[in-house]
Amino acid sequence: MSQSTLAVRRISGHAGPAPGEDVERSELVCKLIDTTTCIGCKACEVACLEWNGYTFTETVFDNSYQTMPQTAWNYWNLIKFNEHEREDGSITLLMRKDQCMHCADPGCLAACPADGAIVQYTNGIVDFQQQNCIGCGYCVSGCPFDIPKFNPTTKKMFKCTLCVDRVSEGLEPACIKSCPTGCLHFGTKDDMKDLAETRAKQLRENYGIEKAGVYDPAGVDGTGVIYVLHDITNPEAYGGLPKNPHVPWVVRIWKGPAKWIGNLAMLGGILGVTLHYLRYGPKEIDAEKHEGKQP
Amino acid sequence: MSTSQVISSRRTLGEHGGRILRYTLSERVHHWLGALFYIYCLITGLAFWSPYMYWLAAIVGGGPTARFWHPWFGLAFTVSMVWMYKMWDRDMRITDADRRWSKAMEYYVKNEDEKLPPVGRFNYGQKLFFWLMLYGVILLLISGIGLWFVEGIPWSLRWLRYIAVTVHVIAALATIGGFIIHVYMGTAMVRGGFTSIIRGEVSEDWARTHHRLWYEAVTKDRGPEKYRP
Repeated sequence: MSQSTLAVRRISGHAGPAPGEDVERSELVCKLIDTTTCIGCKACEVACLEWNGYTFTETVFDNSYQTMPQTAWNYWNLIKFNEHEREDGSITLLMRKDQCMHCADPGCLAACPADGAIVQYTNGIVDFQQQNCIGCGYCVSGCPFDIPKFNPTTKKMFKCTLCVDRVSEGLEPACIKSCPTGCLHFGTKDDMKDLAETRAKQLRENYGIEKAGVYDPAGVDGTGVIYVLHDITNPEAYGGLPKNPHVPWVVRIWKGPAKWIGNLAMLGGILGVTLHYLRYGPKEIDAEKHEGKQP
Repeated sequence: MSTSQVISSRRTLGEHGGRILRYTLSERVHHWLGALFYIYCLITGLAFWSPYMYWLAAIVGGGPTARFWHPWFGLAFTVSMVWMYKMWDRDMRITDADRRWSKAMEYYVKNEDEKLPPVGRFNYGQKLFFWLMLYGVILLLISGIGLWFVEGIPWSLRWLRYIAVTVHVIAALATIGGFIIHVYMGTAMVRGGFTSIIRGEVSEDWARTHHRLWYEAVTKDRGPEKYRP
């Protein structure tokens, strides 16, 4: 596959540095989602299925326009519909395209124990390599956005690839291509950040949407998918977008200090019993010693 | 369990008498089943624990195979621990003799066994190991189910996912600590211990030295119902 020519920046479950680390630099790619111009048409949902070869699955009706409650292993792109009451009491529908955020500091990758099952390319795309995936589900615990999903048949994890197979050929992701309102943009991280800030400024200054802002959370060192939100102070209203996402600290400790403390403790145990043997030796039955004590 | 406790000398035993049945066939079988299940979980678990030990997955069939079987072997180990609990519960309760022995444990470590008070069928250390593995496997089972069906824990209760990881790691490391000492003592340190869990028999001298109260109980009246002290 063509993405194999992409240089890898980070690699999961790998003993030692990523092969090819720091040998190649490339622009970070980024998807910009302007929730203020999304009309909830779900063209991106269909384009995602089509490009990635999935057929439409059963939907779950939950008194809303939303296709299903969460993304699924074979449904990576889901518009979340949320009724929201404005301060003046009127109702608005907040629509947010939910998918993998392609964190610069990916919690799934940090949690993954399988060598090479999750890679981060130098262009910032975080991609699952199913041939290396063991299906343990650690990435589920590592993700701050509830994105990785388990395929019970193949026992592998799946999520949005940011159409890495298209991007590596110089094409934009399928969802971007399908958007009829132009609320989806794709380009370098710098360009998208500029565009997003310009749009947020326009919303604040020309449309009186005072709290408009750009969602590019610093807790995960920024994301490869950024949002323009009407109200940057309340991202939770958009179907549970976390305000300050970060890799869970349990995962950080588990994959950091706990590993080395645990390994040193195990090594210490083996060393300890070895030293004990060298110092005190085995317990041998000296029959003579008990001669006098026999009943 | 009705096997005669003192086995007439079938082999050359020297002048110090016969051999005593320490572990019945059933006890040996259950010990080794538990060992098999635990070691499988240990190898695969260590593979998932550290990238530097991921190669261990290769010797048990590769990552996905290891991941598939790890929880099932964990369940099997739980069953085997429950079995051992039913088998040894009475023998493993901490007694006053154990408390006296535990205060003098330093002499046991230094191989100055003559300074130790007498103990029954199992000493304090063996009992601690048993309870460590029993409570360890309960924690590993509960947290392991959380890790096995991690998507079954809803997003709103995701703190349970983090607790499951934490508990699984701590309980696993604790049992590994006990396991290292258990294997060392059973094979290298206490001579005669390893053969006893293979063939079931120990010499009378061995029994008298390491488990005097038990030795006295089984030799005083050699009837089968007096097997346990």
